[in-house]
Amino acid sequence: MTAFNRLPAPMGLLIDRDRPLAFSFDGKAYQGLQGDSIASALLANGRWLMSRSFKYHRPRGPLSLAGQDANTLVQLPDEPNALADMQALAEGLEVGGQNFAGSLDSDRDALLGHFSRFMPVGFYYRSFYKPQGIWKVWEPIIRKKAGLGVLNLKFQPEYHDKAFLFVDVAVVGAGPAGLSAALHAANTGAKVLLVEQQPYLGGALAWARFDLEGVRAGALRERLVEAVEQHPNIRILKEATCNAWFVDNFLPVIQGTRLYKVRARECIVATGAFDQPVVFRNNDLPGIMLTSAAQRLMKLYAVKPGNRAVVLTGNDDGYLAALDLHEAGVAVAAVIDLRDAPADGLLVTALQTRGIPHLPGHTVYEALHAKGMRHVSGVDVRRIVGEGQVASDAQRIDCDLLCMSAGYMPVYQLLCQAGGKLAYDDDQAAFSLSGLPRRLDVAGSVNGRYALDNVLLDGARAAGGATGRLGLGGSAEAIFAAEPRVNFDWPIFPHPDGKDFVDFDEDLQVRDIVNATRHGYRDVQLVKRFSTVGMGPSQGRHSALPTARLVARATGRSVSETGVTTARPPFVAEKLAHVAGRGFDPYRQTPMHQRHLEAGAKMMPAGVWQRPAYYGKAEERERCMQEEALHVRQKVGLIDVSTLGGLDVRGPDAAELLERLYTFAFAKQPVGRSRYALMTNEHGVVIDDGVCARFAPNHFYVTATTSGVDRLYQQMLKWNAQWRLDVDVTNVTAALAAVNLAGPDSRKVLQTLCNDLDLSAEAFPYLGVRQGTVVGIPARLLRVGFVGELGYEIHVPARYGEALWDALMAAGRAFDIRPFGVESQRLLRLEKGHVIIGQDTDGMTHPAEIDMGWAIARSKPFFVGKRSVQILEAQPLARKLVGFSLPKGASKPLEGHLVLDGDAISGSVTSCEYSRTLERIIGLAYVGSGQSAPGSHIPIRVEGGEVVQATVVELPFFDPHNQRQEL
Amino acid sequence: MPFSLLKYGLSSEYPAEVDLPAPKELKDSYDVVIIGGGGHGLATAYYLAKYHGVTNVAVLEKAYLGGGNTARNTAVIRSNYLTSEGVRFYTESVKLFKALSNEFDFNIMYSERGQLTLAHTDATVRAFRQRAEVNKHFGGRTEMIDRQQIRELVPTLNLDPGHLPVLAGLWHIDGATARHDAVAWGYAKQAAKRGVEIHQLTEVQDFVVEHGRVTAVKTNRGTVKCGCAVQAIAGYSSLLMNKLGIRAPIHSYPLQAMVTQPFKPFLDPLVSSSALHCYVQQTGRGEVVIGGGSDPYPLYNTRSTLELKEGLLAHAIEMFPFLANAKLMRQWAGITDMTPDYSPIMGLSPLENYYLDAGWGTWGFKATPICGKTMAELVASGGKVPELIRPFALERFSRFRQVNEMGATAASH
Repeated sequence: MTAFNRLPAPMGLLIDRDRPLAFSFDGKAYQGLQGDSIASALLANGRWLMSRSFKYHRPRGPLSLAGQDANTLVQLPDEPNALADMQALAEGLEVGGQNFAGSLDSDRDALLGHFSRFMPVGFYYRSFYKPQGIWKVWEPIIRKKAGLGVLNLKFQPEYHDKAFLFVDVAVVGAGPAGLSAALHAANTGAKVLLVEQQPYLGGALAWARFDLEGVRAGALRERLVEAVEQHPNIRILKEATCNAWFVDNFLPVIQGTRLYKVRARECIVATGAFDQPVVFRNNDLPGIMLTSAAQRLMKLYAVKPGNRAVVLTGNDDGYLAALDLHEAGVAVAAVIDLRDAPADGLLVTALQTRGIPHLPGHTVYEALHAKGMRHVSGVDVRRIVGEGQVASDAQRIDCDLLCMSAGYMPVYQLLCQAGGKLAYDDDQAAFSLSGLPRRLDVAGSVNGRYALDNVLLDGARAAGGATGRLGLGGSAEAIFAAEPRVNFDWPIFPHPDGKDFVDFDEDLQVRDIVNATRHGYRDVQLVKRFSTVGMGPSQGRHSALPTARLVARATGRSVSETGVTTARPPFVAEKLAHVAGRGFDPYRQTPMHQRHLEAGAKMMPAGVWQRPAYYGKAEERERCMQEEALHVRQKVGLIDVSTLGGLDVRGPDAAELLERLYTFAFAKQPVGRSRYALMTNEHGVVIDDGVCARFAPNHFYVTATTSGVDRLYQQMLKWNAQWRLDVDVTNVTAALAAVNLAGPDSRKVLQTLCNDLDLSAEAFPYLGVRQGTVVGIPARLLRVGFVGELGYEIHVPARYGEALWDALMAAGRAFDIRPFGVESQRLLRLEKGHVIIGQDTDGMTHPAEIDMGWAIARSKPFFVGKRSVQILEAQPLARKLVGFSLPKGASKPLEGHLVLDGDAISGSVTSCEYSRTLERIIGLAYVGSGQSAPGSHIPIRVEGGEVVQATVVELPFFDPHNQRQEL
Repeated sequence: MPFSLLKYGLSSEYPAEVDLPAPKELKDSYDVVIIGGGGHGLATAYYLAKYHGVTNVAVLEKAYLGGGNTARNTAVIRSNYLTSEGVRFYTESVKLFKALSNEFDFNIMYSERGQLTLAHTDATVRAFRQRAEVNKHFGGRTEMIDRQQIRELVPTLNLDPGHLPVLAGLWHIDGATARHDAVAWGYAKQAAKRGVEIHQLTEVQDFVVEHGRVTAVKTNRGTVKCGCAVQAIAGYSSLLMNKLGIRAPIHSYPLQAMVTQPFKPFLDPLVSSSALHCYVQQTGRGEVVIGGGSDPYPLYNTRSTLELKEGLLAHAIEMFPFLANAKLMRQWAGITDMTPDYSPIMGLSPLENYYLDAGWGTWGFKATPICGKTMAELVASGGKVPELIRPFALERFSRFRQVNEMGATAASH
């Protein structure tokens, strides 16, 4: 265990020195403090190496310490690719390294770094494919090397939820600009949501230095944070990430295990700016970090980042950071300024009084290290003699910490998702944003304001604009003081030996970017796709700017013309669980569901419904189905048809609506009768069928297929509105329970329960419909013939479904009634040659193909699809649905098996089953037009490739004159 | 270390082989102008040069090469369609794909992972059986497999997601993936080598039509005369056709996809479920690509939405519960030109010398090679439609001769 090594207070804003936490990293035990991140705790223990790079397996340590780089990706037991600098430390946490061979400290794959010359940009496009097929051998090897962490394949999802927030103004980022904006907006009475990614408010005020004395930030932060925290109009979400911007300020904010879906009338993005690395050889060694990272480490975690530091800077902020380091007891070996002089001359004096060497107009040309590359040990410093060029005479400075910052890149991701455009300003050597949508504004350094007074004013300005638009008063007028530029325009110093990294995630060096353009990938998007720059876990946060500069120069264009690649959601990588949250899979049961389970039904899904397939065990399917079917033919059976779609169509134009929607005629349909109803779409394709029962001149009860009813209901509403008919349509599918009581004895069963209706064939004939009661339950009764037997569909209010079922089963006992399922019903209707829409039809079937010409009222002026049906009927039929049969004992075709015509496929089997009633195999199949005549032999290729010769037969297979259903 | 990489390490000067030639001036006139520098347009140009000796060709791309749907698709290659016409066509495509790396001298990383589609209803089981049979009929490798076989193939898959237990699977051994960008680059490289000109940032904005022929295209860089023109764009197919007065039965919908951070390999096949509107595959880089169906409304906008992401990821987790802890890195969208029958439009147009390659919905990438090859044949022959693409003519819609692939497309792409 390493000695306890922390700077004294007031350093350590986030840590609780009285609460030590034990944890392990890569198998070794360490101690940290409550409030530490994994990374800060490891650094406090002197442990810098946290990961291995993607390609060359170079040792890597923290770069941004703000969750903005891939250098701190570690493996947690259930979570790969966790950000060690964002993940809070917890007692007993087991942390591991990832993506190494052997151990993190001595990774055998680090050898790959020596072969980098043989792995030029996009090397995998140039190799591994000769001879043909060899990629199959290489791919698994390369795949194993690629990838970062390991997913725990046994992991089960944990609880996550969602909440909605509606606010006047959402402010993203609680740095000085965000705090200022939130306060100003809240003071006008606006309801404000302030979202901060870090566990503290104040942003850079909490760790950066804004003046020589180092007093301003702390005092300002205290004042602003107190005001914000006590403001009744401000709701604060800390450790919360606004992870995208969706149209109309729809903001997903992730906090803990919750995803807030925020609707904001106004949104102010104050996300700040990222420090930008300087590109030189070995700029990725552990011990080299962004200047802001070193400051965060000291101020937030009280960890001393090193003993002897070099600060490499492109703006004045590096000088102030050097003063911070000096005060924390770090010997500052040099402040190296890429520029010839700081903007503020007093800074030089400040260095001199502290004895800190100052090297203006210089750069680090190479970072040095001892064997093993475990940590930076010094720097090779040279004078800058031109853009990216250095003098040949070098001086070496020993150090164990190198802080670098070439300037800033606005955190533009959310804004680009909102359609903002980036333009490069050559004067400032920085990107600026324009073209934002209404009600979205920016403030602070993301808006190019860096001087503290300007930043505060910019927050107030953005708030004023927002509250002005909200009608709460305020304006976006503001006058800003001039600012020195913060970006050095060419912080890229290529080295002949490379390892001058532009993209740390993907191990891309200067030459890789330049060579990509030499291969012809000149557009920055193509550079990205070819080289993979910006495609790693940090999504180009540090590589976008140098890449744009390099590509611009290599292709002779301006940086503005070159641009950067598109920023897409999410802002930071988000767990699938956060977004997915709760799934919604509707699942419906009929009112008689329990009765089916009690009777031992094997249930099957039918759309969103569960229905009994048959009553018995899965392995007894064939026997159960056959017995149930036979029972309906010989005695009486009962099936739950509640899932059948039901629509009440009422109004003076009810018949007119059906006339136009369905192919048949309904205007003159008598009350008390039902009619088959077939529906086609505009293409003449059969899409649904059912029965229209007329209970009154202005009232039809229309049934539809289980899966089609919702779409049909939508269609009815749409057409009703479009045609301006006087009709009211209600979807009563779930309001009614229904059964079909079928079989020769069905009338006898029903008679015992029904005393207000004359059930005789004369009084209530086939296709008749009646309203009455069954055991006192108000019911709609329909005589229909789907299974081809005497039968009654009985529709009752859903709450009586179970009572109806029980009554029918009890009354039927004397007649040996038994329930039957969907599979048995399918067999029964197949024996009758009835098609099931969706099973025996597909997305192209038109009425003539399934012999439904009889269901079309041709004299009608219009129905949906009429014109198409006419055209199709005038064409020769390309295929036709026919009945076929095979002798008992033949190989039974399965649904989906092909019908052949010579070498060609002429059709397929849509329904097929053995019928015990008929004692042969029967089925429906599409066949070629030349194969459809009864008596034709059609070859069907069945399982195993065998071809059976089936015979086309007339439909129906059973009871050809349909006498049984009309009894 | 393969020998082909030695030269990079051993040469003193980096041997920067040019894949995509530098921009140059537009000529006044070309024999063939191909509108759209994605996979399809570039493939057409390549096969024109390779097999037909037609090299006075310009490919005009409004943005950057392969930056439209070639860049946005999720790189599924398969031939397990439903219709004879479809299966014959896509089977040829798969054959060409297999040889592309060596033909290009550029590795497109063609990876035969196999594609597994899940059936959760007996209706799907029936449809799958038919697809398997049609595939086998045309020499494809596709089988129906049961739950046990699925479990052996993808042990990490949850076979009982939500209320939709998996009943069976359609195992398409020929299913594959490839680096989609590389396909476009490979075609560009080889076409350019043969003299084809590729012009990026060159947008065709209008046409000059005389006597039923397109005699020139108007671009942001000036007017270019042409002997004939090929339309090979995606996302805006019908808008371009409208400029020529051609009505297209195309509706354009955004299609979104997303990708996680890279992880060590755990999944070989491409797995999809149309009932869950979701497919999942792991790329060579280790990222998990997740996609589903198109957005439910037509739109010309490649924005991402939260709604679609929520639904899609919920289903991805149902299929692979442990993905709950995987992290999503990027979300994007493309625009898909959907036709009523989910098949493409290829062949002649009402204008004599204007050829159509449109309506590729969500199935364009996998057709790239065969589409380019047959379109080249069509162009070189002056309008003789190759037998393989005859069923996909635009006029099929007015003649009621659609090629219905609706059931075989859905979320599988």
